[in-house]
Amino acid sequence: MLSQEKYQKTPLYDEHITLKARMVGFGGWEMPVQYEGILKEHARTRHGVSIFDISHMGEFIIEGDCVESGLERIVTMSLRDLPVRSCRYGCILNERGGVIDDLIVFRMEERKWFIVVNGATTKKDAKHFQKHLKKEAVFRDVSLQTGKIDIQGPLSLNVLSSFVADVEKLNYYTCDYFDLLGERVLIGRTGYTGELGYEIYFPWDKIKDLWRQLIEHDSVEPAGLGARDILRIEMGYSLYGHELGEDISPLESGLNRFISFEKDFIGKSALLKQKEEGLKKKIAGISSKSRRAPRCGQKIYLESGGEIGVITSGTFSPSLKTGIGLGFVAVQHAHQGTVVLFGDSKGKSTATISSRAFYKSGSLHSEKS
Amino acid sequence: MEIAEHLLYTKEHEWINIEDGEATIGISDYAQEALGDITFIELPNAGDEVEQFGEFVSVESVKAASDIFSPMSGEIIVVNEDLNEDPGLINKSPYEKGWIARIRISDSEEQSNLMTAEEYGKFLESVG
Repeated sequence: MLSQEKYQKTPLYDEHITLKARMVGFGGWEMPVQYEGILKEHARTRHGVSIFDISHMGEFIIEGDCVESGLERIVTMSLRDLPVRSCRYGCILNERGGVIDDLIVFRMEERKWFIVVNGATTKKDAKHFQKHLKKEAVFRDVSLQTGKIDIQGPLSLNVLSSFVADVEKLNYYTCDYFDLLGERVLIGRTGYTGELGYEIYFPWDKIKDLWRQLIEHDSVEPAGLGARDILRIEMGYSLYGHELGEDISPLESGLNRFISFEKDFIGKSALLKQKEEGLKKKIAGISSKSRRAPRCGQKIYLESGGEIGVITSGTFSPSLKTGIGLGFVAVQHAHQGTVVLFGDSKGKSTATISSRAFYKSGSLHSEKS
Repeated sequence: MEIAEHLLYTKEHEWINIEDGEATIGISDYAQEALGDITFIELPNAGDEVEQFGEFVSVESVKAASDIFSPMSGEIIVVNEDLNEDPGLINKSPYEKGWIARIRISDSEEQSNLMTAEEYGKFLESVG
């Protein structure tokens, strides 16, 4: 079993054990990788509804004007034109233009911001914000008071509506406070699966009650990080530590539309320089010609043998019935349709460079389930 | 966890069913459970020679790629082609529908390097 000192536990740890989840260390946390089976949990999320314990993620609250507080200069996306009760995805960068983390910023009030960051990077992110925020800004790390359950799948609205009044009013990437089990909590219509879904921020010490009530619902089963990883790869979403990192430019990671060059932000001059000089590598989708999946760390080769890149994430796609992956490829070869090989010294398999949006039938934008 | 009584086992969790100089090979219930949902298997070809405890086939699950080793030396006679379409048969039925290949045994004395079901059960307990 995993050593107790090494990993933090979410407030739902005991629930996972009761449900006989297989636990793994992930970003410093002991998390459920699967309950019944990854393929079942994947299928249920694509066609029904699943809940995920995502309490390991970090949450910050910042109070202050987005420009005067310095917040606008810290993140890559524009905040000043973000409507209240909506949110935006983006990054925080170092001066070299590398990604310190990817995150979502919610504008709760005109001058109140709720920020969701990765679990493994929470401490580093908090330091970065505190270093660059101006004195007049109020910064609070509420990660250990804030539990998080994601409810994802085409039936998520049906289920959530039976617990929360008016939740159907949320459009994609909007959020609001709702009454849920006697608490006033933040719910955002966001997710990491490509399906219609909601992310619920709930008090750490009470989230067990919410989890149990959701599990009791006939349509709801839990899903683990294994299914979550396949779901996000099928959508071509980046994972910090794989497609994103301090030595990778967000331009290489294909996050251009989450960067506002209209404003000033940390790392901007490095990105402008990269644009001017041209990128050397670029993220690409890798579609295997067989059920064999690309694996993180494998190399990508031309058919003629030259090495042109590296796989950063890969899986068998249950939706497409083929292996799929994400990786970085030398720009001169990063064209969709190019036939490549992936593998290692033990063997290579054929694939084509493709769009990263492998799965295109998700319920993400459906207004009704 | 099921351990089929009539089979011999390896420490790498393969099983072998020996009948008249031929044998069927697969992986144990413990192995399929540990691998998780199996999504791909690269089957060997009939006629290939395999060595005892030598690499035999590679499988991929939703979690990782792994090698499966042959419990005994021999020549492959036939492989379970159904696994190309539905490798999940190994998860569903590790001792029957999920068999992997049948070999002609070249050295029946190699059996002494394998565990009986009872010994394998104790081995599983000892590895925790």
